[in-house]
Amino acid sequence: MKTPQIKHHLTDELLMAYSAGSLPEAFSLVVATHVSLCDECRARLGSFDTLGGAMLEECGSAELDAGALDATMARILEGAPQVAPKEKPRKSRGVFPGPLQDYVGGDVEAVKWKPVGMGVRQAILPTSHDASVRLLYIPAGCAVPDHGHRGTELTLVLQGAFMDEDDRFARGDVEVADEDLEHTPIADIGEDCICLAATDAPLRFRGIVPRLAQPFLKI
Amino acid sequence: MNGTAGSEELSRKGPIRSDDWAAHVSRIRDDKDQAAFAELFRHFAPRVKAFLMKSGADAALAEECAQEVMATLWHKAHMFDPARATVATWIFTIARNRKIDALRKQNRPEPEDLPWGPAAEPDQEDVLTLQQETQALGQALAELPPKQRELIERAYFGDLSHSEIAAETGLPLGTIKSRIRLALERLRHEMK
Repeated sequence: MKTPQIKHHLTDELLMAYSAGSLPEAFSLVVATHVSLCDECRARLGSFDTLGGAMLEECGSAELDAGALDATMARILEGAPQVAPKEKPRKSRGVFPGPLQDYVGGDVEAVKWKPVGMGVRQAILPTSHDASVRLLYIPAGCAVPDHGHRGTELTLVLQGAFMDEDDRFARGDVEVADEDLEHTPIADIGEDCICLAATDAPLRFRGIVPRLAQPFLKI
Repeated sequence: MNGTAGSEELSRKGPIRSDDWAAHVSRIRDDKDQAAFAELFRHFAPRVKAFLMKSGADAALAEECAQEVMATLWHKAHMFDPARATVATWIFTIARNRKIDALRKQNRPEPEDLPWGPAAEPDQEDVLTLQQETQALGQALAELPPKQRELIERAYFGDLSHSEIAAETGLPLGTIKSRIRLALERLRHEMK
């Protein structure tokens, strides 16, 4: 699926933390999915990995156990690596890029949606519990409940578009929101919108009904 | 590559420059050259161990993981593409993934690979450019003001978020963020 010009990118802080390996899994999934769609962020991520290599060279060394080299050679001669690095996902032709398909078990048609009211559906994806990530399906023209944020929230558009007070986000665009942002995103009228949204804190909804619904949303 | 040759060691195919790590990896890939591996190991394994200890592993776990990382390097030598990464960067990514797996016990979702994949025969000019840029970056990193450099180190190795660094150092989050931003600006023109 062709991705038009992406206007909203990942921050340096997120790319650096992903490169360093310190992001929660839920955020890493959003980063990996965005980078699969965005050559600019892929190049920036490459720079942060290069910086990691330079840090590895610069940041000192720790003495190894006596016989470490022999032990490692013995490990090698035993055969296959005990810990093989994961193969990278291959290029997807669907709506969902490869890393997201790994978590869903397929493309859009494989998602097990649950209705959460007002036509909005969601599917929570299994990750470590330090943050959570879900797919959101918002019918064209519908509002996502008005909410502010605690912590950090990343929202990556995969299909359709949404708009808030300031801007429009289409496929590949990622919105990085922190506690300062209060907004009311609305799905664009043209097409139903599918987003991948990660948060490291429960959302606090401002309307009474969404607040009652919050325990059921498990977010 | 010319002029600045370091010490040389004889191995079956003749000498390779002791700091030409990409040549060591090719030697491991093509000839299962244990002498080349031993040199790489002596340089990188102690650094990987230090990286893992700074990330919170105790000495025993860091030792175990450092050996695993180096064994992975041997087994995956055919995957290394010197036009896309230096050996130090490649080892950093293997060690980083091992850290996430062994220390943080999480999965790491990876981006899709580029559709064209690694080139069969890397362009020597690309390889050289990458090495020069990386060297310049290392130099720029060494010349950062200590306060900026320390924060970059903490972000990479301390496994702390910016707000956790703020809590630990007592510096306001805004100061941390602007120091890191300044450091990245200084490094940026070296990171093309």
